Amino acid sequence: MKRCNSTKICLGIEATADDFGVGLLDFEGKVLANVNSTFIPETGGIHPREAARHHAKNAGRIISKAFQTAKIEPQDITVVAFSQGPGLGPCLRTGATAARALASYLNVPLVGVNHCVAHIEIGKLVTGFTDPITLYVSGGNTIVTAFDAGRYRIFGETLDIALGNCLDVFAREAGLRQQEGMPLGAVVENLAKKGEVLVDLPYSVKGMDLSFSGFLTAGVRLLRSKKYRLEDLCFSIQEVAFSMLTEVTERALAHTEKIELLLTGGVGANKRLQTMLKIMADEHDVRYCVVPKQYALDNGAMIAWTGILAYKYGLIIPIENSYVRLKWRLEEVDAPWVKG
Amino acid sequence: MLIKKGAEASIFLEDWQGQKVIMKHRLPKKYRLPQIDERIRSYRTIRESQLLHCAKEAGVATPMIYSVDLVDSNIIMEFIEGIQVKQVLNGYSTEERQHLSNCIGKLIGSLHLHDIIHGDLTTSNMILNESGNIVFVDFGLGEISVELESKGVDLHLMKRAFQSIHFRYAEECFKAVLEGYTKMVGVEMAKKVIGRISEIERRGRYVSERKGRVQR
Ligand SMILES: Nc1ncnc2c1ncn2[C@@H]1O[C@H](COP(=O)(O)OP(=O)(O)OP(=O)(O)O)[C@@H](O)[C@H]1O
Ligand SMILES: Nc1ncnc2c1ncn2[C@@H]1O[C@H](COP(=O)(O)OP(=O)(O)OP(=O)(O)O)[C@@H](O)[C@H]1O
Repeated sequence: MKRCNSTKICLGIEATADDFGVGLLDFEGKVLANVNSTFIPETGGIHPREAARHHAKNAGRIISKAFQTAKIEPQDITVVAFSQGPGLGPCLRTGATAARALASYLNVPLVGVNHCVAHIEIGKLVTGFTDPITLYVSGGNTIVTAFDAGRYRIFGETLDIALGNCLDVFAREAGLRQQEGMPLGAVVENLAKKGEVLVDLPYSVKGMDLSFSGFLTAGVRLLRSKKYRLEDLCFSIQEVAFSMLTEVTERALAHTEKIELLLTGGVGANKRLQTMLKIMADEHDVRYCVVPKQYALDNGAMIAWTGILAYKYGLIIPIENSYVRLKWRLEEVDAPWVKG
Repeated sequence: MLIKKGAEASIFLEDWQGQKVIMKHRLPKKYRLPQIDERIRSYRTIRESQLLHCAKEAGVATPMIYSVDLVDSNIIMEFIEGIQVKQVLNGYSTEERQHLSNCIGKLIGSLHLHDIIHGDLTTSNMILNESGNIVFVDFGLGEISVELESKGVDLHLMKRAFQSIHFRYAEECFKAVLEGYTKMVGVEMAKKVIGRISEIERRGRYVSERKGRVQR
């Protein structure tokens, strides 16, 4: 069934790391489809090329599934958006290739979207927030950010590894395995619920920045010493790391005097982290929302939505200039669609 | 009288034995476990009072300490009359801004020459007093460290503060800071520290450099 011509629709492709996601949104922000396939490595961390192979293999299926879910035809698409960076090279390139092919086949414009901006924008769309401090904690990012004068400014971030990455490495060291629908961070969370004893770990806050590499090394050393229950270590890791996150977020709130707080990214699914931020937000009389999982993990909908925002401001890119940007920083992106 | 509610502490302006003083009280944080909370507050209170003193010896103006209470995480110190650098910087002319940034760089240099790391270099933590001198406050996140990394991070935070609050002038201000810093610590040390700042900025905060496992 062909939709009436007045409905404009954007197809967004997300492929920065281990997820390949496709989102279909109309220009009003209604999510018509948000389909995803996650690459789960046999062992160890994400191998970029293996993940890219997974994406290439599943791209066609996921895109078709998105069209089926949305009950639309490819010809209904007004614009194609893709995650242009930051991310893992091979994964990004696979997503970009799919997006270019679709855009040129359908003869529609192409928009390159910054993955971090997309996390914030979809969070704002689904919560109704307009000008939040965003805490974005995932496998690859740990960022405290807010909009000011045309761009999202970074108030704090990790100086070394992202917290999600830190949790994953620790979990793997402990012999834990990732399963479908059960990321390593969630396995750690479940164990932490049975923890009772707080084990000493370095608390490393530098201004509004954070450092997790010394913390991880210490955690792994304690693990190998075999002197502590794994449950207690998981509990302690969460308590210390989340206290650090909440502290820098509180500092950013105090400095910017914003009145909305948004939590997003995979680690944001953690109940203990959610609770700590809630306590802090209540104390400051700040409105607080956690982005629902389907929009907080990497997803195609966020790329489609940000693509729409950018497209409305004419920010389309010619296919020949649609190279991927592995280290594209959040604060380098002009966001003219945000009223600041 | 409460004059400022920082993220970490409440700042009171009080009368103490006939003079105006600042009472900095680190409040308990309900979101973290009491064990963690108490440890952090008392640790930072000690550290702050020690470093305020060390900084003074290194030739950097800081408030005088009058009393420290570790049980309540309370410091009573001299009240510095003046205005935060944060509040004046954007209104300055280019020359004034560069001059001020240059002075800030020299002061950071003096701290680093003595291995004092401030830990939270922002323009709110620098007060321009009535005689036009810059006074540094808020050493609670500081440390004594000989590591290049700590010095690099310290300056990186300064840059970050410029970028998030004075973004229009961030580049010129930070450049002037580094010039002042270099004058103070000498070209050799400055080169190493500046090199480390770039390294910190390049480092694996991105998905592209995700860590697979820890080295044994
Ligand atoms: N309940 C949980 N508690 C803690 N961490 C969690 C939980 N659920 C997921 N995680 C962590 O979230 C991370 C994955 O999140 P997400 O999919 O947003 O990240 P990513 O694919 O690494 O994305 P990005 O490219 O945005 O950095 C993993 O590190 C995972 O362990
Ligand atoms: N001795 C002092 N004299 C005058 N003003 C001061 C003094 N100490 C602190 N202030 C002012 O109060 C503000 C907050 O103090 P301070 O930075 O020590 O508190 P904080 O809670 O640690 O702040 P932050 O929000 O950075 O965590 C400072 O930025 C400074 O402008």
